[in-house]
Amino acid sequence: MTLVLEGVSKVVAGQTHIHPTDLTLQNGTMNVLLGPTLSGKTSLMRLMAGLDVPSSGRIIWNGKDVTGQRVQDRKVAMVYQQFINYPSMTVFENIASPLRLMRMSAAEIKTAVHEAADLMQLAPFLDRKPLELSGGQQQRCALARALVKKAGLVLLDEPLANLDYKLREELRVEIPKIFEESGAIFVYATTEPEEALLLGGNTATMWQGQITQFGLTPSVYRLPNNATTARVFSDPPMNFLRVTKAGSVLAFGDGQTAPVTSHMAAMPDGVYLAGFRPNHVALSPNVPGAMEFNTTLSVTEITGSETFIHLDHNGEPWVGLIHGVHHLKIGQGLKVYLDTDHAYIFAEDGQMVAPAPYAKAA
Amino acid sequence: MTVAGTNNASTVVRRRRRAVVIDKKKALVMGLYLIFLMLPIYWLLNMSLKSNAEIVGDLTLLPQDFTLENYTTILTDPSWYMGYVNSIIYVTINMMISLAVALPAAYAFSRYNFMGDKHLFFWLLTNRMAPPAVFALPFFQLYSSVGLFDTHLAVALAHTLFNVPLAVWILEGFMRGVPKEIDETAYLDGYSFSRFFTRIFMPLIAPGIGVTAFFCFMFSWVELLLSRTLTGSDARPIAAIMTRTSGAAGVDWGVLAAAGMLTIVPGALVIYFVRNYIAKGFALGRV
Repeated sequence: MTLVLEGVSKVVAGQTHIHPTDLTLQNGTMNVLLGPTLSGKTSLMRLMAGLDVPSSGRIIWNGKDVTGQRVQDRKVAMVYQQFINYPSMTVFENIASPLRLMRMSAAEIKTAVHEAADLMQLAPFLDRKPLELSGGQQQRCALARALVKKAGLVLLDEPLANLDYKLREELRVEIPKIFEESGAIFVYATTEPEEALLLGGNTATMWQGQITQFGLTPSVYRLPNNATTARVFSDPPMNFLRVTKAGSVLAFGDGQTAPVTSHMAAMPDGVYLAGFRPNHVALSPNVPGAMEFNTTLSVTEITGSETFIHLDHNGEPWVGLIHGVHHLKIGQGLKVYLDTDHAYIFAEDGQMVAPAPYAKAA
Repeated sequence: MTVAGTNNASTVVRRRRRAVVIDKKKALVMGLYLIFLMLPIYWLLNMSLKSNAEIVGDLTLLPQDFTLENYTTILTDPSWYMGYVNSIIYVTINMMISLAVALPAAYAFSRYNFMGDKHLFFWLLTNRMAPPAVFALPFFQLYSSVGLFDTHLAVALAHTLFNVPLAVWILEGFMRGVPKEIDETAYLDGYSFSRFFTRIFMPLIAPGIGVTAFFCFMFSWVELLLSRTLTGSDARPIAAIMTRTSGAAGVDWGVLAAAGMLTIVPGALVIYFVRNYIAKGFALGRV
């Protein structure tokens, strides 16, 4: 079973929601669509499900062209961010409803519903109406209904976004488990890079209606093809710095320099964008030859065991993540350091030139 | 400390007294309003239980000569009770037609964008801006020529002109409250449109359907001009019969009052069933 999108695009009232996209999802894979709000995750999912017809391109399911086919015939399951159940039916009937439409026997339905309910820990609530359940249980009910019909393609559109923190963690642990058991293609949309990393599988990063990169989640994270992907797949977002390479010297900021290290050696001289993740910002020079920045501290956020420092570097906002609790003076100058081995080098148009050496090694 | 204590105590007492006074004022205003509302109904009930002689005689607050004869007359004389039967028949037909037409229309307005949808939606309501009298003549002429005159269907159809727009507006308001994702989930689950509509969607907007039926009932039940114009003898509604009771022996006040009482009953019954949703209905489902 494979789902192939061939040049699929969506234009609504002259506005391009999805740029022509080619994507192949293999059988039994977990695929995360990662991108900020309005990046086109939901639009792309609706095209995959057949709820919307693409403006151009074809959707191929198992070698068959299913573009424009009725959703009823597609055998796709979808779970929304809002908890969508049938309020007038009990939880049992909610889960059973797709099976009833498949004309399964009553005994088979009962077994299947109880199996799904056990998996989603809904067994004690089968006689209740969905609106009498907590938010987490309502979403479990929606998930159970999506799973019970054994659809080949299961689309989860930010299913955990409306849940509170604890329930979200609980369900997030369960989703990979139910995915393993189903053997279907899962597509999971999220705005949170952390969620993509926890779910594993493949990740497609989305930005303004385009897939900027698609591949194994860890490799997309470690080796982003371009600055946009790196920005999307980093929370807090990646920091960027304009650098000028001249021979063996790297100039940046207001006249500071650092020696060029191994991964930059082969690059021609010129102007580049150096990108680095917040967790690589250090308050003291951790290695010889580290880049030193003169920044102004604007905000600190202490989350218990870590400190987020919001910096201003020549007008560019940066974020650093430092272990431990640091009480720093706000509004004052702060020197921060970066090991050049942690810097990704992008061309000025955003294309990756040289990945950070630490990431390659991993 | 003691001074402060007594001070506090006296404030509390004063506050309580003030609360009692306010409560009494509230009760008084409410009571006056209720009397104002109930007076005509009380008088109607009072009259319906009196004999004609007592009605035209001295003022009495309670029937001195208590009688149920007026009610007996109505419930045994076909020329009276058939009025109720006729009214109920065309009101029911009207409710069914209005709902059958308005449900799909309201669904389309709430779910789809099409050319001119907003204008069409507003235009529907403008139908209600013309008084029924405007349409009495064309309907009379039209129905006479196609042989619908003096049938229940004639009145029911004439009333749909006013009830369908209202029904579409109310139902659309209720339907808008149902997230579109429920429709899509149902289609993904394999429901066909008709199955989804009857099994899942209609139970969700059941209160809306009830309120809509009530509003159709209310208009059709009280509307007099069209129903009188479009009927002769076979389908004549109760309201029309009640306007023609002055016979050779003068006006039969008691029977007329009893007929009025009985006319209130169906409306009161219907209102009872949708009492929790009526406010939402008056707001055309947009609360």
